[in-house]
Amino acid sequence: MSQRSTISGWGGHSVEGCEIRAENLSAAANGAALSRGLGRSYGDSSLPPDDCPIALNTTLADRILEFDQATGRLRAEAGLSLADMNRLLMPRGWFTPVSPGTQYVTLGGMVAADIHGKNQHLAGNFGHHVTKLRMQVADGRILECDSEQHADLFFGTIGGMGLTGHILEVECALERIPSPWIWQETQRIPNIDEFQVALEEAAPQWPYTVGWIDCVSRGSALGRGILMCGRWATADEAPKRVPPRRLRPRLTFDFPGWALGPWTVRAFNELYFRKQWRPTLRGIVHPESFFYPLDVLREWHRMYGTRGFTQYQCVLPHTDESGARKTGSARRVLDVLTTLGGASFLAVIKDFGQNGVGVLSFPRPGITLALDIPIRANTQALIDALNQVVIEEGGRIYLAKDSFTRRRDFERMDSRVHDFNALRDTWDPQRRFRSAQSVRLLGDLPRTNQADLGGHP
Amino acid sequence: MNVVCLGATKGMGRALARAMAERGDALFLLGRDDDDLKRSARDLEVRGAQGTVHTAYCDLGDSETFSAALVDAERALGTVDTVVVTAGQFAPQDDLEEDAPRLREMLAVNFTNTVLFCERARKTALKSGGTLCVFSSVAGERGRTPVVLYGASKAGLTRYLEGLDHRYRRAGLRVVTVKPGFVRTSMTDGLPAPPFAGEPDQVARIVLRAIDRGTPVVYAPGPWRHIMAIVRALPRSFMRRASF
Ligand SMILES: Cc1cc2nc3c(=O)[nH]c(=O)nc-3n(C[C@H](O)[C@H](O)[C@H](O)COP(=O)(O)OP(=O)(O)OC[C@H]3O[C@@H](n4cnc5c(N)ncnc54)[C@H](O)[C@@H]3O)c2cc1C
Ligand SMILES: NC(=O)c1ccc[n+]([C@@H]2O[C@H](COP(=O)([O-])OP(=O)(O)OC[C@H]3O[C@@H](n4cnc5c(N)ncnc54)[C@H](OP(=O)(O)O)[C@@H]3O)[C@@H](O)[C@H]2O)c1
Repeated sequence: MSQRSTISGWGGHSVEGCEIRAENLSAAANGAALSRGLGRSYGDSSLPPDDCPIALNTTLADRILEFDQATGRLRAEAGLSLADMNRLLMPRGWFTPVSPGTQYVTLGGMVAADIHGKNQHLAGNFGHHVTKLRMQVADGRILECDSEQHADLFFGTIGGMGLTGHILEVECALERIPSPWIWQETQRIPNIDEFQVALEEAAPQWPYTVGWIDCVSRGSALGRGILMCGRWATADEAPKRVPPRRLRPRLTFDFPGWALGPWTVRAFNELYFRKQWRPTLRGIVHPESFFYPLDVLREWHRMYGTRGFTQYQCVLPHTDESGARKTGSARRVLDVLTTLGGASFLAVIKDFGQNGVGVLSFPRPGITLALDIPIRANTQALIDALNQVVIEEGGRIYLAKDSFTRRRDFERMDSRVHDFNALRDTWDPQRRFRSAQSVRLLGDLPRTNQADLGGHP
Repeated sequence: MNVVCLGATKGMGRALARAMAERGDALFLLGRDDDDLKRSARDLEVRGAQGTVHTAYCDLGDSETFSAALVDAERALGTVDTVVVTAGQFAPQDDLEEDAPRLREMLAVNFTNTVLFCERARKTALKSGGTLCVFSSVAGERGRTPVVLYGASKAGLTRYLEGLDHRYRRAGLRVVTVKPGFVRTSMTDGLPAPPFAGEPDQVARIVLRAIDRGTPVVYAPGPWRHIMAIVRALPRSFMRRASF
């Protein structure tokens, strides 16, 4: 077992604790409070609680157990990274049905966060494409579950943030692609309200859509930005070669605190917006530059300096309870952000088309905003204020990106937490599976007496 | 290239077998857990290994299992170009000092039985030449206080492999001795990582190149060659006081 040291989430949040790494997950699981993959969740969802500071790191359990080249069905151990899948299977014409904005995630993490991508409006979340899971649950049993067998466990685990057990293996259906290149079209958008409209208009025409917004400009230019739409290039359009591997320099030091001050953020946003000098640009692009623009610089989060940063991602419904159309909801979020000065280096906007299948899945039909927020003295107040808007708008937040939300606010925006905890009462009444986040948000108690729990898991 | 691997279920052996699979080599896996071997075999097939990857039972703790395993491998592959041994055991010095059966097992696995396995392979699968690539360790270079016993097993192995290379290279047997420095695998999980700690994939690339070229001794990751040059030159009086 690893020595005591620190374990970090993405963005810099860390706890004292240790990770166990092993090829054989079920044999090594003993004593771990939860599994974690490549630690690309921001905040504390992949961090163990203070009183049981051991996490099972799955990254050595990364074997592909079955792959059917004809149908695209894949079964693999939970620690397989999406980067490996892409490298091996993209040239053979298969791609993950849903991809997040980084390829340095594991299958287990993709299931546990029920991740979404640029095609959420069409393909739903990753969980929609998962056909079976092999799990180790709290009493030590190893089970296969799917939509029929132990269905409650299956749907609890999708989006369940590691709190239902260790995911050992994942079976899912990949998507056939005509070439490994992307045909992209980008368009300049003048403000946030037009952005919502533009995303909706693009949805039926493009499998992949996403917007980058400038959160620094105010007034009529608030939320101006660039809409990116893409589809797989046809075999005729695409270059005949396999996309070359791209160099990925590593950021090996933390930037000083002033480097990302308001002026640099403003300059970056201005440049990014101006970079697109024509209203519309189109052409073939490398799949990694389309899906994983941030992976270009490894450990880029160190640009935010030693204090790190947090992400804030919420979804706001398109309609109110009576089904009537709502407008201006995204604008309200940006207003709070700009008023409270949470200069966001990167802000992403995207429309969601459907609910997730998991009990706690984040997506629902609506508009989602993901904001990078460098940590400052007033960050807690900013997140509290953003959460007020989300509660009033009937939306919710993404656990994989949260480290500041208060439990009371979370319960007000997400009543499903009660169903989720009821499910955990069935599968894990003693709450052997907990995270720093579940202690903060889901009402899990720090464990005072470990002795009565016996050895497992 | 047709390759027999002993120890490809985990760590550097897994990484090396994958690097071979990805360029289309044919593989045969030996090991002591049938189910686990089959899972690794499927992984290597998907990654591009030529044909079906077959497996056979072979426990480095039991020299009686070597013959049959190598016969199976030869039968399945036709000709064998390379035999790779990454299997090995490690335990902290304190544990080995306290636990005589465990010490006996470690010494047998890392030295006696590895030598017996190599001798068997030399006489059967590699009788008409080929490459024998065996993982020893930088721990065998000097007597060092934290790894006296493990280091001794690897020192013996290194000398055996050196002699073997001298004796049979002209007859067509190329012996490649790999001396890993600290590499992050489950074997070293929990140990404090020194500077220049490596990753299995990085080691795999270096070793594969060494196999292709028939390099007799290879340190991996690269900087360990220089680190060990210094360590080899340190006086005994210094080594006695040093804690590394
Ligand atoms: C640059 C960047 C872009 C991103 N873009 C997106 C995006 O577009 N869409 C999106 O949805 N997300 C996005 N994310 C978030 C990321 O996809 C998720 O946080 C994902 O869960 C990370 O996977 P991981 O393997 O690193 O898991 P970790 O961060 O290690 O863990 C995440 C959660 O999964 C659980 N978990 C992991 N493995 C297992 C297992 N084997 N068994 C049980 N539980 C497990 C952990 O307990 C934890 O709760 C992005 C993150 C980054 C850094
Ligand atoms: N990691 C390092 O830092 C380091 C440094 C120097 C040298 N080395 C040496 O490099 C080699 C590989 O190390 P590693 O870190 O990759 O090790 P590892 O991850 O522990 O893998 C060891 C492999 O050897 C197999 N094995 C062990 N005992 C066996 C036995 N009795 N019979 C059959 N197979 C057996 C294991 O199979 P199972 O799946 O059956 O367990 C596993 O596949 C070893 O010889 C080690 O001593 C390692």
